[in-house]
Amino acid sequence: MLLDVQNLTTRFYTHDGEVCAVSDVNFSIEPGECLGIVGESGSGKTQVFMSIMGLLAKNGQAEGKAYFNGKQILGLNPAELNKLRGVEFSMIFQDPMTSLNPYLRISRQMTEVLMEHRGMGEEDATKASIDMLDLVGIPESRKRIGMYPHEFSGGMRQRVMIAMALLCQPKLLIADEPTTALDVTVQAQILELLARLGRELNMATVMITHDLGVIAGLSDRVVVMYGGRIVEQATVHQVFNDPQHPYTRGLLDSMPRLDDPGSDKLYTIAGQPPNLQNLPSGCSFAPRCEFVMEKCWTDRPELAEIGSGRMKACYLEKM
Amino acid sequence: MFAYVVRRLGSAIPTLFIVVTVAFFMMRVAPGGPFDREKQLPPEIEANILKVYNLDKPLHQQYFDYIGNIIQGDFGPSFKYLDFTVTDLILAGFPVSLRLGLAAILIAVVFGVTAGTIAALKQNSTFDYMVMGLAMTGIAIPNFVMAPLLALVFGVYLSWLPVAGWNDGALQNQILPVITLALPQIAYISRLTRGSMVETMHSNFIRTARAKGLAEKIVVVRHALKGGLLPVISYLGPATAAVITGSVVIEAIFDVPGIGRYFVTGALNRDYPVVMGVVIFYAVLIIGLNLVVDLIYGFLDPRVKVE
Repeated sequence: MLLDVQNLTTRFYTHDGEVCAVSDVNFSIEPGECLGIVGESGSGKTQVFMSIMGLLAKNGQAEGKAYFNGKQILGLNPAELNKLRGVEFSMIFQDPMTSLNPYLRISRQMTEVLMEHRGMGEEDATKASIDMLDLVGIPESRKRIGMYPHEFSGGMRQRVMIAMALLCQPKLLIADEPTTALDVTVQAQILELLARLGRELNMATVMITHDLGVIAGLSDRVVVMYGGRIVEQATVHQVFNDPQHPYTRGLLDSMPRLDDPGSDKLYTIAGQPPNLQNLPSGCSFAPRCEFVMEKCWTDRPELAEIGSGRMKACYLEKM
Repeated sequence: MFAYVVRRLGSAIPTLFIVVTVAFFMMRVAPGGPFDREKQLPPEIEANILKVYNLDKPLHQQYFDYIGNIIQGDFGPSFKYLDFTVTDLILAGFPVSLRLGLAAILIAVVFGVTAGTIAALKQNSTFDYMVMGLAMTGIAIPNFVMAPLLALVFGVYLSWLPVAGWNDGALQNQILPVITLALPQIAYISRLTRGSMVETMHSNFIRTARAKGLAEKIVVVRHALKGGLLPVISYLGPATAAVITGSVVIEAIFDVPGIGRYFVTGALNRDYPVVMGVVIFYAVLIIGLNLVVDLIYGFLDPRVKVE
């Protein structure tokens, strides 16, 4: 196992009280695999990885364990964590427009990673950075490395972000909504790039998204999150063909389909995501669930194995 | 960039023209004149004096004459300091004001930026509240209160420094005026720095820098400071102009022979050419320093094109 997360709970202490963004999450990632994390805004999917990366806001607190290659990394001090961040595992973010430093040349932003972590000199670091830009498909990389972020398009900036994350050949790349801010045509290119890099570099990838379509062609396994908890975990094939949790099914039904012209109205899951400040004692999806039963309101279903390696947190036997 | 500077300087001409015009007529609207005395002068003598200084001509004629003169670099004689031209007075006072002002702004930048940055990094800590509280006090206390207070404590009670006087610019005579000039600027710059650094430290590219595993020192110094100090740079243009043209009050209280003193006495005496001269000088400084700030801005922020 490359990454093993156990009983991760992340809380934020705000003026209005405690917010539980992630509750008792367990999952693992194997070397080289691509794991999809799906959920709505506020489902906790990003905060799981912010906790692991040590990037939580100051009012955030994570509990639990996260073993990376057997080493417990959750709650390490920044100096210890800096030996791993950007080296063993890297992260890229949703908005490539603001995620690069507008005041520094791409060369500076890339070479500093190698100079800091690999002790390289400026010249070697520049050479390695240019090679990496070539790998992610930036044309005229030798010229463009001297430019500033605003001289790149959105898709090109995300490529630069990816190149920057891969400089130290990490074993795990966490991509947080990497294509959400991009044009549809560019989205496909970036996803293809990530898939290719994952294969070629034998690197595990985590794809955090609200869009099941992003995950369909890319991931091996999928974790579905709702209200800070994992509600279903299965292979991509299982999720798309036979979703077991009503929320997963709702997500699938909410996708616009080109192959079904008969339905002119888009399905939506009624209601609102739960208030994380005041989670119900029962299943947090109960108020929006079509199949809700009496006990769903009082007893929360635990995430449990339902055969053939898949897990769900629901009392429903069959939908 | 050269073309840009030329264009900017060209566009300064209309600005200066408006400043001159407004100042000229406002001075004349103020009641009284340069040669009014408690005792009425005999009418023939008054008429003679007005004739000597061309004040008997119609106002618009005086205005056009004045514009004609300043274009040739002639700012006229002082009405009060006989045998001195306005240029003489400004050249005599400016070096003194410049020396005090530059020292004050330098101190203000060093202390203000340092305190503001630390406060931002330790947001909502005791240090942060302390610095911001002090800064608020510094901004709120007017310099005509601060100056006598400092003179009283360090001059009278402790006898460390002279209470006032210039003494040909001896160091100990400069300390209190410089501190008085610097204090409100330290306060303002530290608040400005803190606000902007807090915002920058929350930006996405700082999160990226942390995700890259960079040491906190590099994150702050290389990634945050450059963007975080931009508002301070913009503030420095007008602030420097204000500080180096001399604070009227501070120069009066500490008896410093700077340019600000001439401005006050000039305004009180209706010494029209002196007041006009200082106003134009001040306007030119502000325009010049704002240009410098914009050039620095273009250098610091690659998205701003100076062309």
